[in-house]
Amino acid sequence: MNRYTRQRLFGIAVRAAASLVVGVLLLVIGVTVIRGGGVLLADPSIVLTPPGARYMLEGTGGFLHAVLGSIFIVGPATVVSMVAAVSTAVYLQSDYSSERFSDAVNMFLNVLWGTPPIVYGLFVLTIIIATGTQTSLFFGIVAIAIFQYPIMTRYTDEALRAAPETVRESTYGLGATRFESARMTVRAAAPGVIAGLVMGFARGIGDAATVLFTTGRSTRMPGGLFDAATTLPVLIFDQAMSFNAEVRSHAYAAAFVLTVVVLGLIVLSKLLAGRYARYTPGGNR
Amino acid sequence: MTTDTDDLRDRARSSRLGRRLLAERYSSYWLTAAGYTAIALFAGITLLLFYRSLPILSEYPLSSLLTSANWDPAANEFGFLPAIVGTVYVTVLSMVMGVPVALGAAIYIAEYAEGRMKTLVAALIDVLAAVPSVIFGLVALIVVVPFVGNYVAPVFGENTVGVGIFTVSLVMAIVITPFMTSLTVESLESLPDELRETSLGVGATKFETIRSVLLRAAGPGIFSAILLGFGRVFGATIVPALLIGGQTQIPSSVFSSGQTLPTLIVNDFGELMSLPLTQSALIFVGLMLVVVVWLFNFGAMLVQRRLKRRWQYR
Repeated sequence: MNRYTRQRLFGIAVRAAASLVVGVLLLVIGVTVIRGGGVLLADPSIVLTPPGARYMLEGTGGFLHAVLGSIFIVGPATVVSMVAAVSTAVYLQSDYSSERFSDAVNMFLNVLWGTPPIVYGLFVLTIIIATGTQTSLFFGIVAIAIFQYPIMTRYTDEALRAAPETVRESTYGLGATRFESARMTVRAAAPGVIAGLVMGFARGIGDAATVLFTTGRSTRMPGGLFDAATTLPVLIFDQAMSFNAEVRSHAYAAAFVLTVVVLGLIVLSKLLAGRYARYTPGGNR
Repeated sequence: MTTDTDDLRDRARSSRLGRRLLAERYSSYWLTAAGYTAIALFAGITLLLFYRSLPILSEYPLSSLLTSANWDPAANEFGFLPAIVGTVYVTVLSMVMGVPVALGAAIYIAEYAEGRMKTLVAALIDVLAAVPSVIFGLVALIVVVPFVGNYVAPVFGENTVGVGIFTVSLVMAIVITPFMTSLTVESLESLPDELRETSLGVGATKFETIRSVLLRAAGPGIFSAILLGFGRVFGATIVPALLIGGQTQIPSSVFSSGQTLPTLIVNDFGELMSLPLTQSALIFVGLMLVVVVWLFNFGAMLVQRRLKRRWQYR
């Protein structure tokens, strides 16, 4: 085969690969939007109705419990994780630690990032067993916070490293302490930090494996910090395995809600990041 | 920096500088603690999972746990081989299906697409990489399962309703492809344009440039993209739990139903809380996942350092 023919074939192959990826992904979104949207249009109240007593068996009521569960678990977890992530990232800058130390910590953060979420779920579950307590909202928050921590820290660290060096120089030149200088650096890196926050939230709200064992997969409204709860992804998983067609159709409605929230968050982070677009690698990692 | 904290506390009562120095002191304690969190988490997870796996490890030798095909917690039979084989099947198949497509799509975005098309396709793939995997699993239930059952399996002379190892692999390939694509695009785009110009300048075709120059120069980045994809398939929980069929047996073909290590935990979770030995066995599964993922990551870092030295064009 002539090298020009080969080049042409290669061009066709990569175009085919790209259209395959885009096509499949559009199909996934399309099915979610059409099926889920259809169910939601027929009865929009299911998002805001508490579940009936036998919701998983008969599909009476709605899935407000999972919507609230997601908010009450992922919201606090994101706050906790963000505080820890920003603190860690600040400590990893050259003002506080050596290049060697921050390289080592970054290596551990990358490994934690690649750790399957189910491992975090099991880890928190072993803590629950060891302390003799019950699965609850609280442990869901713990599990999600651990899951988000490496993601947010890596984003924040990158944002801080890319912050203009002049901020550091001028704050130190004015006699600021390390802590005061770090506060200004975080402010200067705000768009990147916020992008990390939104990405962490989006990953946290979409993950099921971490909360599957730690919150109790409840089918009632969450009753307090130490009461069993559930989240949208876990609910979708449970609904999808149900024998009742009505319940299964609710899964698509829940999936629709979740997709809209996640995609909305990604778009939001892109908008917030604005011209600092390179700190938002599109929620992939 | 030599003054001790008590002195600073005294100074803080009298002067503003004292208060600032005290804030600096306390904040540095807090930040130091935060700096060590990642290492503490890593150590904590490994040690706790290991400690909790000790009962099963002391009851049965490791070799028989890993090679026995008999999984029946109720009868105290703990053979992980079916789940291990299932995991290997799913991981290998997904990578085989996903990596070439992801590389092709990434090359298209980075080297072929131009203008609005490029922005559009890249943004779409980036955004979709963030869609939760449970949604892919849910859609697969009504799209991929009948597709595999009615069209793919009969071609290979298999009779199945559509759930099984092949279905899981296909869906996981779909889940990780956008993710690997956007990482690969990033590393291809960070290459200097001189590389392309030089290669085309000495008369190479675009294909030759991509194959022999760009893919090599971006090698370390592509390598880590593939590795991250591997990690996600290997530890995937929800998609396999929905689609694999959940039979703990050594799969007879790629279309048969089976079990992966994470789905073993999900399916036997009910017994996890009650029977101490089962509990320990399932936590041991978590330990296996952690050890393999972490070995791969650390190994990959070494390989990557090598690749960087050999393939770097700077």
